[in-house]
Amino acid sequence: MNFRAVRAIYLFEMARTWRTLLQSIVSPVVSTSLYFVVFGAAIGSRIAEVEGVSYGTFIVPGLVMLSVLTQSIANASFGIYFPKFVGTIYELLSAPVSYFEIVLGYVGAAATKSIILGLIILATAALFVPLHIMHPWWMLTFLVLTAVTFSLFGFIIGIWADGFEKLQMIPMLVVTPLTFLGGSFYSVNMLPEGWRTITLLNPVVYLISGFRWSFYEIADVSIGLSVGMTLGFLVVCMVLVWWIFKTGYRLKN
Amino acid sequence: MTPIISVANLSKTYGSGFKALNGINLEIKRGEIFALLGPNGAGKTTLISIICGIANPSEGRVTVDGHDINRDYRAARSMIGLVPQELHTDAFESVWATVSFSRGLFGKPKNPAHIEKVLKELSLWDKKDSKIVTLSGGMKRRVMIAKALSHEPQILFLDEPTAGVDVELRKGMWEVVRALQASGVTIILTTHYIEEAEEMADRIGVINKGEIILVEEKAGLMQKLGKKHLKLHLQSKVDAIPASLAAYGLELSDDGRTVTYDYDTRGERTGITSLLSDLRAAGIRISDLDTSQSSLEDIFVSLVRAS
Repeated sequence: MNFRAVRAIYLFEMARTWRTLLQSIVSPVVSTSLYFVVFGAAIGSRIAEVEGVSYGTFIVPGLVMLSVLTQSIANASFGIYFPKFVGTIYELLSAPVSYFEIVLGYVGAAATKSIILGLIILATAALFVPLHIMHPWWMLTFLVLTAVTFSLFGFIIGIWADGFEKLQMIPMLVVTPLTFLGGSFYSVNMLPEGWRTITLLNPVVYLISGFRWSFYEIADVSIGLSVGMTLGFLVVCMVLVWWIFKTGYRLKN
Repeated sequence: MTPIISVANLSKTYGSGFKALNGINLEIKRGEIFALLGPNGAGKTTLISIICGIANPSEGRVTVDGHDINRDYRAARSMIGLVPQELHTDAFESVWATVSFSRGLFGKPKNPAHIEKVLKELSLWDKKDSKIVTLSGGMKRRVMIAKALSHEPQILFLDEPTAGVDVELRKGMWEVVRALQASGVTIILTTHYIEEAEEMADRIGVINKGEIILVEEKAGLMQKLGKKHLKLHLQSKVDAIPASLAAYGLELSDDGRTVTYDYDTRGERTGITSLLSDLRAAGIRISDLDTSQSSLEDIFVSLVRAS
């Protein structure tokens, strides 16, 4: 195991985070605060409690997940796409590092960044609404699991993308809609029967539901199912990454 | 002595069906400077990319100091420093950070003294805190060399290292290369500046259309293939070469005042003596003469044309 290489990649990626602090941390915090103002204060004041929790409080886990998902994908996809784009990937490919080490460095850094971000957003939320976390360990577990899974997913997108357009396409056209429709701002139980069934096909529902359960013990689906679905997606991403490196897909011509 | 790099029957066909390399066999000797010459698209970069792990071979085997580049890639790659042809650098990192990153990536413990030495040798020391994006092309090239040297490789690949580097810097760069060779590093370079290969290399390989068409000691190559030219300056202008001299294949200059004769130093007879007496017999008097040897470039061009 080339720990020095993992460390070098990890620190390199984290340095990029600190260098682009405004874009990396400040802008997600600002946009999340806007959600609080719009959904929590303006709209939320007209919605009664959701399953015993005030609306503003109810949406906190969903908002954190929304940021963690999108930021994990954005960070990891950009992290590996950029060396491909400017050509510095040559060094990574010619270095005595295993694929596992490369993934560990990039995905580790992207996940670290979104976990930090998630916690910052949580702290920001605490300024707006009273927060209560019933299962902090479960909350952290979901946070880490989601950050890692979607950083892996972002890594895959970054390797697949051969232009900036593709890099944006999946997050914009797939992930954001799935997150918005995944119960960030409402309980799935509030939907009519037909829509509820359709919604259950959305993997993000399980993430948000599980995460919300760790806060308030309110869940759309059982906690076991949430953990299972998250782990399932993690495995799918791992298999894809394994296949990418095995075949050299979009890395080695 | 066993070769430090051994390439056996290596072929590469790209997804598009283009066959970039076709059955390459090549051995690089420990400690030598090997120049790989070839026209654009000959397969130089593809060959280097495969040895360094950037591209997968379609067929064949490569070992680096006995380590198979696939099975034992860590050991093989640890020994190699690569400076690719294109200027691929980070943009917003400092020179120091990017060079230190390379060392870490290759699994070497931190060694600021070594990085300092490399940066000083490449005249980058005063730029160590500058962002790479602010550097000129020649400096970026040197940053890439510094990255390759950061992890103390035993083999250094330089793919067109002096493209876009001014004359002064180029000299400095070759001094670094010579010092590296003196410290035992094996150097493989490709270049378009044939005079550089001529000046620097111990051995020369010529590649064309994905095949190695020649590998030779430079001195031997020059001697073996080197044609010499004898230039005769005439006392008075002649309009045409007399028919009696047709067998020599002489070339008359446009002004009718010089005649050039090509001969081969390998031949048993150069034909110079008889040419001179035949000239006198034809009544042509000579005021001066000089000889010159073909450069590597001439040899190279004629080889590539022939293949």
